[in-house]
Amino acid sequence: MNFSAANLLLVGILLLNLFFLGTSRIRALIQAAALQGVVLGVMPLLIHGRVDWNTGLIAVATIVLKGSVIPGMLRRALREAQIKREVEPLIGLVPTMLLGALGTLLSIAFASGLPLAPEHQNLLVVPASFSTVLTGFLLLTTRSKAITQAIGYLVLENGIFIFGLLLLEAMPFLVELGVLLDLFVGIFVVSIIIHHINREFASLDTRRLASLKE
Amino acid sequence: MLLIALIALPVLAAGVAMALPSDSWRPHVLPVAAAGHLALTVAALRAPAQDALGGWLALDPLGRLVLLLLSVLFAICAIYAVGYLRYRRELSNRVFVPCLLIFLGMTSLVACSQHLGLLWVGVEATTLTTAPLIYFNRTPRSIEATWKYLLVGSVGIAIALLGSFFLAYASLGQDSSLLFQDLLKRADQMNRSWLHVAFVLLLVGYGTKMGLAPMHTWKPDAYGEAPGVVGALLAGGLTNCAFLALLRVFQVCQAAGEGAYASRLLVFFGLLSIGVAAVFMVGQRDFKRMLAYSSIEHMGILVLGVGLGGLGVLGALLHMLNNGLTKGVLFLSAANIHRAYGSKSIDQVGGAMRRVPLSGSLFLLGFFAITGSPPFGPFVSEFLILSRAFAAHRFAVGASVLVLLLVVFVGMGRTVLAMVQGLPASDSGRTNYRDGLLTGMPIVVSMGLVLLLGLQIPAPLESLLREAAAFLETAR
Repeated sequence: MNFSAANLLLVGILLLNLFFLGTSRIRALIQAAALQGVVLGVMPLLIHGRVDWNTGLIAVATIVLKGSVIPGMLRRALREAQIKREVEPLIGLVPTMLLGALGTLLSIAFASGLPLAPEHQNLLVVPASFSTVLTGFLLLTTRSKAITQAIGYLVLENGIFIFGLLLLEAMPFLVELGVLLDLFVGIFVVSIIIHHINREFASLDTRRLASLKE
Repeated sequence: MLLIALIALPVLAAGVAMALPSDSWRPHVLPVAAAGHLALTVAALRAPAQDALGGWLALDPLGRLVLLLLSVLFAICAIYAVGYLRYRRELSNRVFVPCLLIFLGMTSLVACSQHLGLLWVGVEATTLTTAPLIYFNRTPRSIEATWKYLLVGSVGIAIALLGSFFLAYASLGQDSSLLFQDLLKRADQMNRSWLHVAFVLLLVGYGTKMGLAPMHTWKPDAYGEAPGVVGALLAGGLTNCAFLALLRVFQVCQAAGEGAYASRLLVFFGLLSIGVAAVFMVGQRDFKRMLAYSSIEHMGILVLGVGLGGLGVLGALLHMLNNGLTKGVLFLSAANIHRAYGSKSIDQVGGAMRRVPLSGSLFLLGFFAITGSPPFGPFVSEFLILSRAFAAHRFAVGASVLVLLLVVFVGMGRTVLAMVQGLPASDSGRTNYRDGLLTGMPIVVSMGLVLLLGLQIPAPLESLLREAAAFLETAR
């Protein structure tokens, strides 16, 4: 296992998380999500230490889906919607970045409280996973556009995928594939809905989706 | 083979429905597929235990119970849907009908699934197939409801996946199988810290799909905007699939000796859900949203019963059937009333007993049933759960549930009576809807089953219920 390289990439993922929260351009957000997808695709090979059919397939499927297909669908949704290319946060960019940094610190503290198997001791997987999940949550809750919320969900799934790396030996291939497939279908359905929201409300701003309440 | 057929038949029927070119013919695939599925279900229940795909699919007593409910409820809704879609000629049902069928296939997959990961894939698939169903009316309000449903539901299901990973990590050892029977076997060697976090995440994740408070926010919107037949399937079928997933995880916790910890959480979320539902049900003017809060309340009663243990578990399993079938009555008759008045607010709806006598009376009977009045089924199951609370000396729990049930009865009663009593305001809001055979008869059947469960539970069903309760309890 190549732990130092894996940890280096995990630190890269943590930095990308802060970038997600700090950027004001949707296009840059999609780009960063694609980059994170490619990094995630490389991770199984590094952690597993050798290339076999199983890990190879997961790596290729992840890189293709998270690095190219899903960002492509999001870009298409962005182009068709012809919306302003700004993120329009409900809370400012700097406060959310600070929240993200705080979340990362808390993830590291929380992860140290959970006992890891001996072979995973020196790996940053658990804090990186928690921090990425929290980043996804922040994007989902503090951004007002449907498309940024979809990206938030993608980041949330990325965080869960990172934790899945620890289970690569135990989790059969089928389940991993199911995860990727569900993510693909999920984003696919979401992009259709984005299309309809855009047509009905002439905007992707979910703040207009506020007629249903008590 | 039988198990694979249970899942494959609806999916194949969905393919047939999609290939049919005619909007008026397509709905007829629904009752045909439902009848086939019901026949397969009966065959599977009578056959000795069997498994498929190397043990990934198998029918244990819990799965049998959920599968039976799903198949019966879907058959009722399938016949209703044929009548309903005749009134919706203006909308294409090219997506609607196949999605209903795939929903049946995926919920059957959840009922048969014995693998932690496969179970999650099934629940996620049901989320995705129901999104187009909620969006059927194509109004801005239904888009808003679908968006909230997808977003909240997907986040919930993502948390459930993280919880499944944690559970897998807690059980990491020499044996890495994620089949529930193997997880149960090595439960006592599981790492406690990971197991505790895993249970919380799975409870929050699958609880979101069940609609437990405070993760219930999608429910009033989705149930309020979806067609009534979809509401019935969500409230009576989908929520119980999530409940089944929760039961399986709870069983693992019990086997690990952490039953007390898990039970405390279940009782807490149960009480909170009943309380939140009671608050929002008082003074509710939109009767479909009122039914959504009723669903939240009854999901709370289900987890509360399991959390109390003993007879409470039997009560909860029986209540799952009672609630599912009664929700079928309520949602379908509410949909008829909605259709007859063109409104779902009690400001416009009044005198339903006169304008649509059959739907109006069924809605009233459904109200009495769901609020736990004898002689209907929910009375028996709620009585079992409450008596368990007092027998286990949980007086505070029992008393607060009693008070909340009373609040719900009064709050829901005011809305329901305003709808069914009196004279219809004027003929101006009158639509072309009349109660017919296809939109009336399925509700009568469902109501009859609720009454039967209250008067005399058939012997085979009773033994199945006891088996399922014993199956859950063995691990304790």
